[in-house]
Amino acid sequence: KIREIFMPALSSTMTEGKIVSWIKTEGEKLAKGESVVVVESDKADMDVETFYDGYLAAIVVGEGETAPVGAAIGLLAETEAEIEEAKSKAASKSSSSVAEAVVPSPPPVTSSPAPAIAQPAPVTAVSDGPRKTVATPYAKKLAKQHKVDIESVAGTGPFGRITASDVETAAGIAPSKSSIAPPPPPPPPVTAKATTTNLPPLLPDSSIVPFTAMQSAVSKNMIESLSVPTFRVGYPVNTDALDALYEKVKPKGVTMTALLAKAAGMALAQHPVVNASCKDGKSFSYNSSINIAVAVAINGGLITPVLQDADKLDLYLLSQKWKELVGKARSKQLQPHEYNSGTFTLSNLGMFGVDRFDAILPPGQGAIMAVGASKPTVVADKDGFFSVKNTMLVNVTADHRIVYGADLAAFLQTFAKIIENPDSLTL
Amino acid sequence: ASASSNGNGAPPKSFDYDLIIIGAGVGGHGAALHAVEKGLKTAIIEGDVVGGTCVNRGCVPSKALLAVSGRMRELQNEHHMKSFGLQVSAAGYDRQGVADHANNLATKIRNNLTNSMKAIGVDILTGFGSVLGPQKVKYGKDNIITAKDIIIATGSVPFVPKGIEVDGKTVITSDHALKLESVPEWIAIVGSGYIGLEFSDVYTALGSEVTFIEALDQLMPGFDPEISKLAQRVLINPRKIDYHTGVFASKITPARDGKPVLIELIDAKTKEPKDTLEVDAALIATGRAPFTNGLGLENVNVVTQRGFIPVDERMRVIDGKGTLVPNLYCIGDANGKLMLAHAASAQGISVVEQVSGRDHVLNHLSIPAACFTHPEISMVGLTEPQAKEKGEKEGFKVSVVKTSFKANTKALAENEGEGIAKMIYRPDNGEILGVHIFGLHAADLIHEASNAIALGTRIQDIKLAVHAHPTLSEVLDELFKAAKVESHATTRTGDAKIKLNTNQEDRKGRRRGGDDEKQPSVSKDLKDISTRPSSFFENISVGVLSLLSLIFV
Repeated sequence: KIREIFMPALSSTMTEGKIVSWIKTEGEKLAKGESVVVVESDKADMDVETFYDGYLAAIVVGEGETAPVGAAIGLLAETEAEIEEAKSKAASKSSSSVAEAVVPSPPPVTSSPAPAIAQPAPVTAVSDGPRKTVATPYAKKLAKQHKVDIESVAGTGPFGRITASDVETAAGIAPSKSSIAPPPPPPPPVTAKATTTNLPPLLPDSSIVPFTAMQSAVSKNMIESLSVPTFRVGYPVNTDALDALYEKVKPKGVTMTALLAKAAGMALAQHPVVNASCKDGKSFSYNSSINIAVAVAINGGLITPVLQDADKLDLYLLSQKWKELVGKARSKQLQPHEYNSGTFTLSNLGMFGVDRFDAILPPGQGAIMAVGASKPTVVADKDGFFSVKNTMLVNVTADHRIVYGADLAAFLQTFAKIIENPDSLTL
Repeated sequence: ASASSNGNGAPPKSFDYDLIIIGAGVGGHGAALHAVEKGLKTAIIEGDVVGGTCVNRGCVPSKALLAVSGRMRELQNEHHMKSFGLQVSAAGYDRQGVADHANNLATKIRNNLTNSMKAIGVDILTGFGSVLGPQKVKYGKDNIITAKDIIIATGSVPFVPKGIEVDGKTVITSDHALKLESVPEWIAIVGSGYIGLEFSDVYTALGSEVTFIEALDQLMPGFDPEISKLAQRVLINPRKIDYHTGVFASKITPARDGKPVLIELIDAKTKEPKDTLEVDAALIATGRAPFTNGLGLENVNVVTQRGFIPVDERMRVIDGKGTLVPNLYCIGDANGKLMLAHAASAQGISVVEQVSGRDHVLNHLSIPAACFTHPEISMVGLTEPQAKEKGEKEGFKVSVVKTSFKANTKALAENEGEGIAKMIYRPDNGEILGVHIFGLHAADLIHEASNAIALGTRIQDIKLAVHAHPTLSEVLDELFKAAKVESHATTRTGDAKIKLNTNQEDRKGRRRGGDDEKQPSVSKDLKDISTRPSSFFENISVGVLSLLSLIFV
């Protein structure tokens, strides 16, 4: 038997009541006398109890909504089997409010979407056999609220636990910025909110596309990058020797990306300050290894797989590793440490014919290198003879809190020397 | 005359002091001040720092942290701010600054306490004190002093159940937590009483997530059930808090070797393993244990019970054979009667009353208690179930009235309509049995009720008292006015009298126990007050008029 739960009259003057909160959720078992819902009258919040045993089959009037005294606010099914029937009854009963109240939960995302150009996060996965799900109190609350199966959420918090933002990502909502500012205050003036409110109205028939998780992550990182003072230094590099080398090693599976990453890694080894990172604005750290993140465009986004120890691995291993990473990136199977452990980023748009461009420095890194196309260029040598050489323009953006102009220039000089005498790359 | 030369064990004939208090916490301090007022030569012995737990590791620094958490909560509550028309950008905090505030407050109060005793001539003796024999006390290395009466006020320390390893960093007690050396992302709080609840308020306001572990079947045991139900809805459910009830934390291992804090839970009844938690920190708030070790109690044949010193209703210490130990008293947490700072102080004052020649028994049911969450919880007297049980046993009817803060103008002006107040009373004679408040400034509001209980004021009398409008105190006014008392006459069990004018005599008799010497003047004072209202109001209106005239001139 299906019974209706009515909006009670809590005082003689009450004509309508507002639902403060549902204590029980749909499908939950109720015992006679248990509180089911909290109703706000003109005077007080009161618990409304059920007079029957059964299941809360459907919530007709959602939290924060108002209903007149005597109206059905929920349905109570006597047996579990009747829940479905009650639900359909509820759906036909009230038109819009139900449809809104019972939002179908978005399909749970199984693999945590990879935030592009993510800040290196301390992910110390302690894997000792099969582990049970550990979720923080707020994560559990959010999962219940958004009807997300907590078991299906991948935890990225400390010790692999599921945090509130993991649940929010799984539920397909942008992680709400924590209301509490951590001791180093967040970049104050630029908030996404402020910019959107001042935008002119959309043109008619424009379509609005909500950000995907990856787009949100990119957006967040880009906004964050505005708090870092950056500057840029460009350098022309002669690539004739590099191109010749490339032709030789190409059949062995070596890619241009691997060559450039290797060259950058070797140059960084000589200029560790360019490989350093400044996170709190008070100190900076020399990173113990040189991990080159390489920006890759993938379907509907951008991701930065990381070539770890690019200075130490030999060219062939590096190429192999790169192939593997790209494959994983395409199938969205990169592990967090494979995309957020970078200390220096390489972005190459040369294959599109772009001759120079300007990259945005990802948060947590000291510098990013933007590589343009290698093009035949007329150059004059020191004796005044003209010749045509392949030249590519390299433009590096760096954090001026730690890397100064001369540092960057010296680094680029080293980099150019390596490219122009590339034999050391194959050693 | 030095009494220590008297070495044959017989009590000395003359004493170094009239009163020695062992322990300079809030209880000892209250007793010392009152003793000096009564003309007693007084010394107080402290082995640690003046102020004890309350001032240094308890109520005082926690209030500083809660003051911060209250403001953080308000600033973070965008909806709340918006409803005032206020705009606030993201609120942040500096952990060290918060910790310093708590520490500075404790230092300030400690100095105030020390100075207040020095100023009136209390001797503050430094060193660990112990009872050497009747009327004889040792402190420090080998200083022996004598006193006519001795009060033990050594207080308590955090209680840590066995199986729990406290490292002071990731597994901590309130002593460590009050220093606020870190704000963990996720902290488990073992115990959901006052201490646990207050810390949950602080930690969640500073951004932590909290997991409560409670051995009983429901959170907040010890509060009136209705209050704890509402409090749970406001203080627990909407916050980043979850909980496990009906479980013991059988083993807690601090974070080490790259592993988080591990908590093993067992069922409180069956003792079967139930769950394992992995958190960043754990706060042990399972109550407090008396600090009575090494006090030399064996010298006067006193046997502690679970560490507590047994006392009678006059705080006189009872020895192992069940007889009273002459001239030895114990107050505060060490006797375990009611482990609250102000209860210790009240017990101390009661003892001083007795040793200075007036019998006095403290009514513990009139001592209020408060929990300083946001909003606050406060209570005095019996809970509803306790009162009903008592009524059934003694054959009287029990009634309950309730009011909501939503009906209070001042609360609504502050946008703080969340909360209720309830009063449990006897409809036959108007006696207040208990009052429970959950809402804005509940801790300050409770005293009208606790004073009424202490003085024996009946509802039919206090309901005629005037409350300024608009104030939160009208919440209680509302309760008094809503109560339905059958008879307007004040009757008391034992000497049922119909009275109108004799009320004051009656009150005094109750409070002062049969001591007659000061009554005439006191009752005259009271009568003066009772006849004064008309003139009082005239005074006010004259004052207002003159003010007005000043404004308009």
